[in-house]
Amino acid sequence: MKISRAEVEHIADLARLELSEGEITQLETDLSQILEYVEQLNELDTTDVLPTAHVVVKGDVLREDESRPSLPSEDILSNAPRTQDGFFRVHAIFRKGER
Amino acid sequence: MTLHRLTIHEAHDLLRRREISSVGLTESVLAKMEQCDPEVRAFITTTPQIALEQARRADKLIAAGDIGPLTGIPVAIKDNICAKGVLTTCGSRILENFVPPYDATVVERLRKEGVVQVGKANMDEFAMGSSTEYSAFFPSHNPWDASRVPGGSSGGAAAAVLANETLFALGSDTGGSVRQPAGLCGVVGMKPTYGRVSRYGLIAFASSLDQIGPITKDVTDCALVMNAIAFHDPLDSTSANEPTPDYTSFLEESLAGVVVGVPMEYFAAGLDQGVEERVRDAIQKLADLGAEVRDVSLPHERYVVATYFLTSWAEASANLARYDGLKYGFFAPDARNIREAQSKARGRGFGREVKRRIMLGTYALSSGYYDAYYLKAQKVRTLVKEDLDRAFESGVDVVVGPTSPIVAFGIGEKVDDPLEMYLADLYTIPANLAGLPCISVPCGFHEGLPVGLQVMGRPFAEGMVLRVAYAYEQSTDFHLQRPPISL
Repeated sequence: MKISRAEVEHIADLARLELSEGEITQLETDLSQILEYVEQLNELDTTDVLPTAHVVVKGDVLREDESRPSLPSEDILSNAPRTQDGFFRVHAIFRKGER
Repeated sequence: MTLHRLTIHEAHDLLRRREISSVGLTESVLAKMEQCDPEVRAFITTTPQIALEQARRADKLIAAGDIGPLTGIPVAIKDNICAKGVLTTCGSRILENFVPPYDATVVERLRKEGVVQVGKANMDEFAMGSSTEYSAFFPSHNPWDASRVPGGSSGGAAAAVLANETLFALGSDTGGSVRQPAGLCGVVGMKPTYGRVSRYGLIAFASSLDQIGPITKDVTDCALVMNAIAFHDPLDSTSANEPTPDYTSFLEESLAGVVVGVPMEYFAAGLDQGVEERVRDAIQKLADLGAEVRDVSLPHERYVVATYFLTSWAEASANLARYDGLKYGFFAPDARNIREAQSKARGRGFGREVKRRIMLGTYALSSGYYDAYYLKAQKVRTLVKEDLDRAFESGVDVVVGPTSPIVAFGIGEKVDDPLEMYLADLYTIPANLAGLPCISVPCGFHEGLPVGLQVMGRPFAEGMVLRVAYAYEQSTDFHLQRPPISL
């Protein structure tokens, strides 16, 4: 499977990864080579095989729906690069006038 | 002072008889760390103050007659397991300032047992690697030969145990990351059954494969640590609600009645001849100890690496989506909007290998490719698991083979050829794909470097795995051999 530069850029956009020129070129080669390797799985006919969902199935795990204390919000915010008024501070998501 | 050379069970006996103190033991370990870590570089963060404070508290408990098997015992924790108030980087720039506001369940339990935390061990970034060379900070070095890797991704943890910079360590194992470095360093490393040990507070890599496991100096210590960390945790929905036996009760020196399966596919091209000889000697030893040795076949063995790639990368790309530079970690001050803020933080915060795997995982999960890659891999995973099920159903108690096809390689030797490095995980991956308990124990040396014997068992049969490993260990002295730097 040959991966094009445009595909690398598209995947990087989906993955929210800003890449340098050099990284894009390297990933074209690496992704093509590694995807070619994994395509050996196509040698196997898996038409009637169920996919693994969970390796050690022991049934559903349920608990009582009771409220429990959470971590204090100041502890949660303590690692954030930017906070304001007890919230994470982020860039605006909507433009002015947009609903 | 040679207290750092003690195993957990040896130190416990001396602590219980008040012949040594936890402070004395801890000081010896910290002195060893100070002396050899500039060369071994096993730790990202050391915590001598915390350690000494915990040691003093342990000595008070012991003086009051309140001593458990791990009270006062030094531990190193891999840097992807959260310890409250202690820097936890996951080997990544994107978390280089992250201080967890809570303890992982295993850390909380060990603290209750009175352990002494000496530091956070180096690892490949986000546990993605087999050598610690992908740590964003520095590679660790193998104490047997500083020009070689200690394995990975729990390479810092294994090197620290081997160098006597701690009495034991906790690592994590997604495709062999506890067992392979244990094998390459010549210590004991176990990956428990999936769900046997809580993953709460373990920074996620591939959630259907990840397990926390002990790295210790011998099998008895491994059983003691398993006694402490194997229990049901409501905070992890995949945690198994199974009774925990006393794992030390399985340790006996005879293997009469035990059936050992040897997969013929393990002894194929790519296996170093010297490694093969040591492992074949070890299998003969198991027979001498009373085990019945049988050939078994795992016909899908050649597909395990590709299956693991697709599974782990897809899951990693989803798990690592949380690193957006907003809630914690790296921040890009020059970003003009939220999309740039995320892309720049991730582009700068993640290293080359992590980006490569996120890209592959994103591709495998992207529209139009899901069925061809991720779903296909989950189907082949079923076939891999069925191979092992069949072996166990035929009466085999454990499946044994090499932990790694090669001994510790040189730093820099494989770092630019990712595929070649990945292929070295072919023996350790099946236990993760099938969720089985699996251990690596030292089984000799090739060219002066340790070789590991891997023993894999049925789900929740850690006891049988430990029994085989223990009987083997007790009939050899490989686990007693230590490099000069550790003495």
